[in-house]
Amino acid sequence: MRIRRIVPLLLTCALAACGSSADVAQYGANPTLPKPQTGLLPAMEIAEPTAWEGAKPTVPAGYTITPLATGLKIPRQTLVLPNGDVLVAEGTGGSAPALRPKDIIAGYIKAVGKTKVKGGNRITLLRDADGDGRAELKTVLLSGLNAPYGLAYVNGSLYVANQDSLMRYPYADGQTRITAPGAKVADLPAHINHHWTKALAASPDGNRLYVGIGSNSNITERGMAAELDRAMIWEIDAATGAHRPYATGLRNPTALAFQPGTGQLWSAVNERDELGANLVPDYITAVRQGAFYGWPYSYWGQNVDPRVRPQDSKKVAAAIAPDYGLGSHVAALGLAFSNPAMGPDFADGAFVGEHGSWNRRNFAGYKVVFVRFVNGRPTGKPVDFATGFLNEGGKARGRPVGVTVDPRGALLVADDLSNTVWRIAPAQPVSPPSPAATASPPPQG
Amino acid sequence: MTAASHPNPIHAILLAFPIGLFTAAAVTDITYLNTAQIQWSNFSSWLLAGGLFFGGLVLLWAIIDLARWRTASGRNRRTLYVLLLAVMWVTGFIDALLHSRDAWYSVTATGLVLSIVTALLALAAGWVFHADPYAGKERI
Repeated sequence: MRIRRIVPLLLTCALAACGSSADVAQYGANPTLPKPQTGLLPAMEIAEPTAWEGAKPTVPAGYTITPLATGLKIPRQTLVLPNGDVLVAEGTGGSAPALRPKDIIAGYIKAVGKTKVKGGNRITLLRDADGDGRAELKTVLLSGLNAPYGLAYVNGSLYVANQDSLMRYPYADGQTRITAPGAKVADLPAHINHHWTKALAASPDGNRLYVGIGSNSNITERGMAAELDRAMIWEIDAATGAHRPYATGLRNPTALAFQPGTGQLWSAVNERDELGANLVPDYITAVRQGAFYGWPYSYWGQNVDPRVRPQDSKKVAAAIAPDYGLGSHVAALGLAFSNPAMGPDFADGAFVGEHGSWNRRNFAGYKVVFVRFVNGRPTGKPVDFATGFLNEGGKARGRPVGVTVDPRGALLVADDLSNTVWRIAPAQPVSPPSPAATASPPPQG
Repeated sequence: MTAASHPNPIHAILLAFPIGLFTAAAVTDITYLNTAQIQWSNFSSWLLAGGLFFGGLVLLWAIIDLARWRTASGRNRRTLYVLLLAVMWVTGFIDALLHSRDAWYSVTATGLVLSIVTALLALAAGWVFHADPYAGKERI
């Protein structure tokens, strides 16, 4: 059952932008964008948590799913190390004060859909030596962190994006505990941290690091001054820590990944709320250097958001549309490019973890989808890859966050509601492709 | 406001809050629309919330009084008082919902009109409450 008891105290559907209108197709390069709906009260409805009770997410025929590890402390993003060990960033951040009575109510509703477990603020290492899809070794690699999220490994260095800083730790293959203090590569914008997650990816050569920094509000309701250095992707020089904006106007770039073989950075981005159930689609896009993607002044290119004052017609004119819409409010938090070891149906494309909506009547997201690529470009409709995170009664058993492709042929899905990392693999290992077709896996972020 | 010659001081004090807070919300709305500085809109939100809280207490009190002193004199005036408070509370509530939207949409012309109407209703309720039509006459 959904949480219908809280909201109706405050509204009747007639007052609200309640999203009762039919869902529209919003995938691809030209998603349908209905007119904004701004009722008196935004719909807030989140799936009530429940337990898996032995059940597991549904995966395509010919694939198996196992809990690689359970009992984690809010797993968000994962990383596969060269020796096959898996790192899990665990934690939760943000320190946004309630500025209005609404913030208190919205915070309560969102909290209902989250785990009661306290964030670990640590990196856990998982090792599945016997290859049965369950980790025998589960140990804390790094602790005492500040809401770690993005992870990257480059040439003996482990990079961790805390909510306030980018850190580097020396790491040797097989190591299970890091005691070195680590070096701060750069401070990251952390004031308020309304969107606190700091996504991370390393360039294929490892010289540049890219950090996704979310906006400090939905749509500037905390004031323009709070948005300094927000809603953008930073490019950071790994050697010096110097940073510069790489692309801007990205409301909440929650996951970054390099497209294999191209050196092209992609991002999953969460778009703005409270323009109705079918606005604005979350998306994945190739991140063009120097480009402006609209936030806050406009969405999906040059559709002006009337809530932003002062408006800026020059910025709107400069805004470009992203590449591929996933649907409104799906909350895309994970992005990983596939490889042939994932099987022929899922060999070329990107997996996207969708945490699930909290502000529309008909739930969106709560699953992992696969976006097929042809000639390096996303195409067609997103294909369900892992579903069943919502049960038949509309309760949430899990909520996907980060997704990572293990080069040996498995998808790892962090589930921050049931505190599990799921491992999805072809039931029969895919025979290795001819050497010519093998691209070396890039560092995953 | 009962049939007593003097209004209950606690009731009068409670009534001062919606009058002051709703009026201030109208002023902060105007300031937000003039400056686009979001903090003025935040002020409006809290002022409206405070006006609704104390206005709700006053409304409750006035309704109970009306029920308890059905046959007392001044019934029409006390009924008018309750009606003004009730309409004030409803418009103030709708206004508060509107103010929960984000950025510029937290106020807009609609929000300003609602804030002004709510403030005027609070002032009118205060006038009806404090104006004593029996002044100089025999009191009950």
